[in-house]
Amino acid sequence: MMATTTADESGATRPTAFDIGAPGREAPAQRPGKTDGVELPPDHLRAQPPALPELSELQAVRHYTNLSGRNFAIDNRFYPLGSCTMKYNPRGAHRAASLPGFLGRHPLAPEALSQGFMSCAHDLQELLKAVTGMAAVSLTPMAGAQGEFAGVAMIRAYHDARGDHDRSEIVVPTAAHGTNPATATMCGYAVREVAVGEDGDVAIDALRSAVGPRTAGIMLTNPSTCGVFERRIRDIAAIVHGAGGLLYYDGANLNAILGKVRPGDMGFDVLHMNLHKTFATPHGGGGPGSGPVGVAERLVPFLPVPFVERVAADQPRYRWVDTEERPQSIGRLSAFMGNAGILVRALAYARMLGGEGMARVAEYATLNANYLMARLVAAGFTLAYPHRRASHEFIVTLLPEAQQFGVTAMDFAKRLLDYGFHAPTTYFPLLVPECFLIEPTETETKEELDAFVAAMVAIRAEAQHQPELVKTAPHNLPVGRLDDVKAARELDLRHGGR
Amino acid sequence: MPFVPHTPADVDAMLATIGAADVQALFDEIDPELFHAHLALPSGESEMAMLAELARRARQDETGPCFLGAGCYDHHIPAAVWDIASRGEFLTAYTPYQAEASQGTLQVIYEYQSMLASLTGMDVSNASVYDGGSALAEAILMAVRVRKRGAGKRQGGGGTARVVVAGACHPLYLQAARSMVRNQGVSLVETGFGADGTVAVEALERAVGGANPESPVVAVVMQQPNFFGALEPVDEIVAWAEARDALTVAVVNPVALALVKPPGEWNGKGVDIACGDGQPLGVPMASGGPSFGFLCARQEHVRQLPGRLVGRTVDNAGRTGFTLTLQAREQHIRRGKATSNICTNQGLLVTAATIHTAILGASGLRAVATECHRRTSELVTALAAVNGVSRRFGSPFFHECVLDLGTPADAVAASLAKAGIVAGLPLGRFYPQLRNCLLVCATEKRVSAEIETYRARLQLALGELR
Repeated sequence: MMATTTADESGATRPTAFDIGAPGREAPAQRPGKTDGVELPPDHLRAQPPALPELSELQAVRHYTNLSGRNFAIDNRFYPLGSCTMKYNPRGAHRAASLPGFLGRHPLAPEALSQGFMSCAHDLQELLKAVTGMAAVSLTPMAGAQGEFAGVAMIRAYHDARGDHDRSEIVVPTAAHGTNPATATMCGYAVREVAVGEDGDVAIDALRSAVGPRTAGIMLTNPSTCGVFERRIRDIAAIVHGAGGLLYYDGANLNAILGKVRPGDMGFDVLHMNLHKTFATPHGGGGPGSGPVGVAERLVPFLPVPFVERVAADQPRYRWVDTEERPQSIGRLSAFMGNAGILVRALAYARMLGGEGMARVAEYATLNANYLMARLVAAGFTLAYPHRRASHEFIVTLLPEAQQFGVTAMDFAKRLLDYGFHAPTTYFPLLVPECFLIEPTETETKEELDAFVAAMVAIRAEAQHQPELVKTAPHNLPVGRLDDVKAARELDLRHGGR
Repeated sequence: MPFVPHTPADVDAMLATIGAADVQALFDEIDPELFHAHLALPSGESEMAMLAELARRARQDETGPCFLGAGCYDHHIPAAVWDIASRGEFLTAYTPYQAEASQGTLQVIYEYQSMLASLTGMDVSNASVYDGGSALAEAILMAVRVRKRGAGKRQGGGGTARVVVAGACHPLYLQAARSMVRNQGVSLVETGFGADGTVAVEALERAVGGANPESPVVAVVMQQPNFFGALEPVDEIVAWAEARDALTVAVVNPVALALVKPPGEWNGKGVDIACGDGQPLGVPMASGGPSFGFLCARQEHVRQLPGRLVGRTVDNAGRTGFTLTLQAREQHIRRGKATSNICTNQGLLVTAATIHTAILGASGLRAVATECHRRTSELVTALAAVNGVSRRFGSPFFHECVLDLGTPADAVAASLAKAGIVAGLPLGRFYPQLRNCLLVCATEKRVSAEIETYRARLQLALGELR
């Protein structure tokens, strides 16, 4: 059952679950029957019970229902968070993944009792190959960052297998997501940054001088985090390949090109997709995600395991391919099969879209972004890249407003919350001052976009005439601006302290 | 157009505002040669048609009773847990970077951190990592970082860092951990297990082969109860590690911790890092994911924890509130120097686990743990009465146990699968010397009639196979 009514949003501090119980209170309906003592060696037993809430079932239900009302979510707000693709998460996909046969399947159940799930995984592998233009796909990475790890680990395995051991650097544009350099480091590489030019594209001359015999590869997002399509992508591919490096595609912005153009055709050798962005699976307040990887032919032997193979096409049967059969694989990235339930949701979404629906995603996401951009420009806001098309997102810089009114992008963001909108991504990418990265997605109506523009205009008027109102926002939320310095200096990470 | 709300009038008005002739014109910065022909994919279908097809497939995977554990357990989940966790306000929220608009999620995570710290007996918990396997990898990398920071005071920190795996640790966790630490100069050394299915301290000495300054033993990993359900001598292992100045990493089951001694108390002052998979706390088996990994540590190591942390603070009016904190450890601030590349974690599963734990409380979790043990004991007694079947190890077990069937276990499991019974995990895939062995488990959901069916079917299958 699904409920999305708005619960308690007002009121100040809510006590924690630890504060509202009473010693000895329980939820007896959840006790599984007899609870005799167990015959275990006493030195292995716990002396004191753990300090946990002691609630009735109703108290727990009411507490967490009320807490849910203290969240902004796609289901209750426009959420134009750049590079995060906060589109509608279809409930049908959630229902599909919640079917009893899928929820009850043990990850190590025999193949004979797993053909339903395995057929879904196989269908999704094939579908993702088709939309990215890659030769093979593995679904196991559990989020974008783990997909990045898998991709760069495969680049490393490829060079190692060729005895090409001197390649020690990964090239990353300055505008890249923080996960890119962090991933390169986790794979044992040094990070070499390359500048982004004034038009938002990677500076080609800087790239030429950055690559060489030490280059293992480059990590690129396209459209980039500057909200524009990397126009010279095929030149970039030629330069990097010419130096013996490989191209990694960060799929964070795949929504912008889904069904239109494919990373494989641009020259990328390996990529990850964020199913929790492009394929509309819910973000869940920070996760779970899912970050399948796709590879070109030469990287196929290195794919992470397990993945699904179909045998006997006339009477299809599905089987797992695991480490034993893939000696060159970078190995396993999770105990079982990644975030399997997210894969089912993504397949359900893709089946509802179909081939033509994929292209519509990119088209209407791009239409919404360009419309919102045009309206904000007409309203007097300043673009970071005024001479470029928006992709599925674009950057507004609030530097003029900061200089004129002393009101920062963060102040604007907090005031937008008062107006009932989630704020766009702020202060990213780092190279644009006072920036908003705005991504409306294809699932928003024109009316919603118009209302957002009206709020931005209203807040700028407030910034001009009542700057304190904006600087001290939000005013209409359960709490006001929080003391982050105190949070870090006087660490309080658990109830009861320690 | 599924999930696209635009009317033709909307499109016309929007294109006019933009000043573009048509939607395709918005892609005019992309090299025309890159556009490919229509995707070779089926047409879209209605929600009804999609659900009918996926329901048909899901039914193929419905089985009889599950006696397989091995890191994923068929526990009862109170109906309220997912009714509430699936509320759109939790389900469709993003990472709580805008703290004022995310107090619900942030407070849930703070409560979660408090619960996991209590269960493990550790000082602090992070907001989750992906699963048990990746949690072990992150714990190992964290131990290496802690030791590197202390390298000025201590020996070591130069060559390959060795991490000793004491006893029987989940082989799939170890596979995942190996993949993730491989490129950072870390090697895992397994001690193996003795005749009783656990490690002996002499085996630890043998595995490391004396001190080697070029390749210091940075950490010792142990799982309790171990992969076979046997109880490792954790106090002795921790004492051995402390004597060698190695950090200690515990892999634990959060439900078992309601009953067994928590890692925060092992050998007195406890381990450095405790981790594991949170699936037993309200997460359906669901093919193994999404679940969540938990990662807890001593306070002194908090700045080396990877992933998100939520702290309690106050707002500008002095009201209590919650916010992400110590973000300078993380990739979006520290980039190449971050503690990990992790960004998205398993937030929704943490929400479910928090609700689950709040409903059950310490007494409810203890009752579940006790009942699991009672059920497994009943199962083991029943199956070991079958001719030719015996317990492989004599040591005390909890919740899971290894049976020797006297004949290759994979064939037996395949035979039982034909009757819809998920019999357990044949161990030959991981340990060739245990090819006749089956790891079995019964949760509180398995009733005596199911156990009796299993026993009868096993007897039949063994009769046919011998």
